[in-house]
Amino acid sequence: MTMLRTPPVRTSRRTLAQIFTWPLLIGVLSTVGLISALVGDGLWDGVSWLALLLPILLYALFLLRPRR
Amino acid sequence: MGLRLHGGSAECVENLVVIAGTRPLRRWHWVHKWSSIVCTVFMLMLCITGLPLIFHHEIDHLLHEEVDPSVVPPGTPKANLDQAVANALAKFPGQVPQFLIFDRDEPNALMVSIGSSIKSNPVDNRIARVDVHTAAFLDSPDVTGRFTYLMLRLHSDMFAGLPGKLFLGLMGILFCVAVISGIVVYAPSMRKLRFGAYRKDRPRIVRRLDVHNLAGILLVMWTLVVGFTGVINTWADLVLKMWQYGQLAEMTAQYKGREIPTKLTPVEEAVKVAQQAIPHMQPAFVSYPGTLFTSNTHYAVFMRGDTPVTSRLLKPALIDAETGKLTDSRDMPWYVSTLFLSQPLHFGDYGGMPLKIIWAILDIITIVILWTGLYLWLRRRKPAASATRAGASADPQRIEGQAVTS
Repeated sequence: MTMLRTPPVRTSRRTLAQIFTWPLLIGVLSTVGLISALVGDGLWDGVSWLALLLPILLYALFLLRPRR
Repeated sequence: MGLRLHGGSAECVENLVVIAGTRPLRRWHWVHKWSSIVCTVFMLMLCITGLPLIFHHEIDHLLHEEVDPSVVPPGTPKANLDQAVANALAKFPGQVPQFLIFDRDEPNALMVSIGSSIKSNPVDNRIARVDVHTAAFLDSPDVTGRFTYLMLRLHSDMFAGLPGKLFLGLMGILFCVAVISGIVVYAPSMRKLRFGAYRKDRPRIVRRLDVHNLAGILLVMWTLVVGFTGVINTWADLVLKMWQYGQLAEMTAQYKGREIPTKLTPVEEAVKVAQQAIPHMQPAFVSYPGTLFTSNTHYAVFMRGDTPVTSRLLKPALIDAETGKLTDSRDMPWYVSTLFLSQPLHFGDYGGMPLKIIWAILDIITIVILWTGLYLWLRRRKPAASATRAGASADPQRIEGQAVTS
């Protein structure tokens, strides 16, 4: 979770793998969230809410976190 | 000095240089730019009209008086369907029932869709609501003046019928192309930035770029799924036609060319027979003989299951309207099932109120993506103008300092 520590935004040249690690993870979780509420109710809905809430929370976090 | 004054936009220039670096990338950038430009205005309209549609039930409930069905203890027997339909028709003398709709969200009310004749265009139908248990007429609101109806028409076809639908579908395809090409051009943009980088002390154009990149990449899966399922929904009329000429024609081949029987089996009987044939499912929708979803000689009773998925995948049971016997029942072909499953994924109505709220927030962030994208394009078209503005309005000392620290 180093990325959450408000590191300097500029970094040395990054590889494609580095660039897409987080987006890939979030994409997979979003897919899980989109499908799980279709599969069932109750717990499945909960999984869906959490997984789809993640990109919203990250969006808010990155835009609102204080600059060092 | 001049370059330093422009330092605020250096990031963009740098990004452009990287993007322009290789030929395939330049091509992707071109695709991203043009697919976006063409669809953005329509996508903005779709996102804005789609927002209230997520809550259309709640909004209708709030804005319009509705007669509530009676509250009954569980297990209360349901009223006879033919009686319910008769009570609805009493308010519409000379007209005929085309469809019965058993609303999943309001199980105590039956909706009767009434047309001026059996072959009249269902678009002009009026809906009468009837109490499921007492068969009493509730109301038949004219929805065409409603706010949600206006939003729905703008959102689905811009009041232009099938051509409008297909056009919006095309815009949806362009949107999907923009999202996918956006993933590709995201990479060079982030070569030297950490995930989630937001350079809030930079000029507006850099901040907007960061917001666009961040929101765009966070919402990739959601925008793709909602975008593409929206496209599939624009093909609903075509899917219906395919089904009519395909599976439905096959199932009713022996009855081809027959007239609508003068005396119909009671609809109550037809639904009962369908339920006996498919005992693990519930009726969702009944199409009267001669209407859009059946032949001249059959009731089509569409059954649904009780899980989120199976409640969307309707299964028709065809009941001979003269004899009251089941003649055929098949699972829908893949293209109809695809349409049925794409609906909840587009509407976001399959995970309770929390999912609707999440859907709404994601929709708003999508508006941000569209808006920042539009802003970036307009700004980059006039690099000289924005550079002058940056130079004129910003303190050179400050920008220089930034250039050093970054």
